[in-house]
Amino acid sequence: MFIWFHKLASPPYFYKFAGMLAPWLGWLSLFVIAAGLYGGLWLAPPDYQQGDGFRIIYVHVPSAWMSMLVYMVMAVAAAIGLIWRMKLAHAVSAAAAPLGASFTFIALVTGSLWGKPMWGTYWVWDARLTSELILLFLYVGYMALNHAFEDRRTGDRASAILALVGIVNIPIIHYSVKWWNTLHQGPTVFFGPRAEMPPSMYIPLFIMIIGFMVYFAAFILKRLQVEVLQRERNTAWVRALVAKS
Amino acid sequence: MTPVRRKRLIIVVVIVAGVAMAAALGLQAFRKNLLYYFTPVQVAAGDAHVGQHFRMGGLVAMGSVQRSPGSMTVHFTLTDMQKSVPVVYTGILPDLFREGQGIVVYGTLDKQGLFVAQQVLAKHDAKYMPPEVAAAIKKAKAAQQAQIAAKGAS
Repeated sequence: MFIWFHKLASPPYFYKFAGMLAPWLGWLSLFVIAAGLYGGLWLAPPDYQQGDGFRIIYVHVPSAWMSMLVYMVMAVAAAIGLIWRMKLAHAVSAAAAPLGASFTFIALVTGSLWGKPMWGTYWVWDARLTSELILLFLYVGYMALNHAFEDRRTGDRASAILALVGIVNIPIIHYSVKWWNTLHQGPTVFFGPRAEMPPSMYIPLFIMIIGFMVYFAAFILKRLQVEVLQRERNTAWVRALVAKS
Repeated sequence: MTPVRRKRLIIVVVIVAGVAMAAALGLQAFRKNLLYYFTPVQVAAGDAHVGQHFRMGGLVAMGSVQRSPGSMTVHFTLTDMQKSVPVVYTGILPDLFREGQGIVVYGTLDKQGLFVAQQVLAKHDAKYMPPEVAAAIKKAKAAQQAQIAAKGAS
């Protein structure tokens, strides 16, 4: 197991492994997201207060969830890259950033579209919305810093520190609705006697979250293949690969 | 773990811990400014200043909504179950505005203690349920109340 893990960290082996796995995960995510959308948009009942408008939750919550999960992946990879100088770890951070930024952007836009009819405004500067916007800036800042240096390794290290510093924002986003009075409502309780959402509504939601995770897995592998090729462009195995194609 | 890696690990831990502490202290210092709204209790305690714009959040008191005929002006009472503040607003209300609903109003408090709102935002709770379930709960509650009323009468 450990030997396999070690082998996986070697770029040529990883390139092949990712190329094999990514298409399968991609199709799987398409299937899971289609199932989740069908459950959310057709099977789930309308909400007693918000009617059919609440259905945007099936995109908003999974993307908001992913925006934080991807950041944690990025920050942990950055820490591994800094401490163990693992080649692949910095590549993981660099590949995750644009995906995380996209999820954050989708969460902000869908939240805004949801806010207008329900709250009466597209945007307010409450703690939840503001901290999520800061998350988007962190992703964008990471990407800018990562590419700001001639030497890729310098950029990797500088941006890894930014990723680490930004991790404090994650608990702030998560607990913002508990620590402060916000316009954004608190977290919904799904299970137990005080559950605030019936299974007919939360099962499609969880399917969507799983679908988004599989989608992320598929696309980070694809992006990692590109990262690995760029970073290893002067090595013999990449030249052999290019010569072959 | 080699000494170099251990050193790097310590540096990473120190960076994260340092930033977390700085953030915690900073947020603590800005606590009041980060509150999106005051509650009627806080307003009654004088946390918000007369004549200044601020936000106030609470529930629309049951039976308090009065619409002036021929205009868009609405009078209602905002309560947090301990204190209440009368509010007046002229304009379009959000869809979720109704009695018993949590809302946030933005405006000023005049000298008579009337809150003149310029903006009304509806807060929605973390509860979701099908309309049939909501209707059933309402019906059960009404039946319970009728039972209590019948007991009181006999």
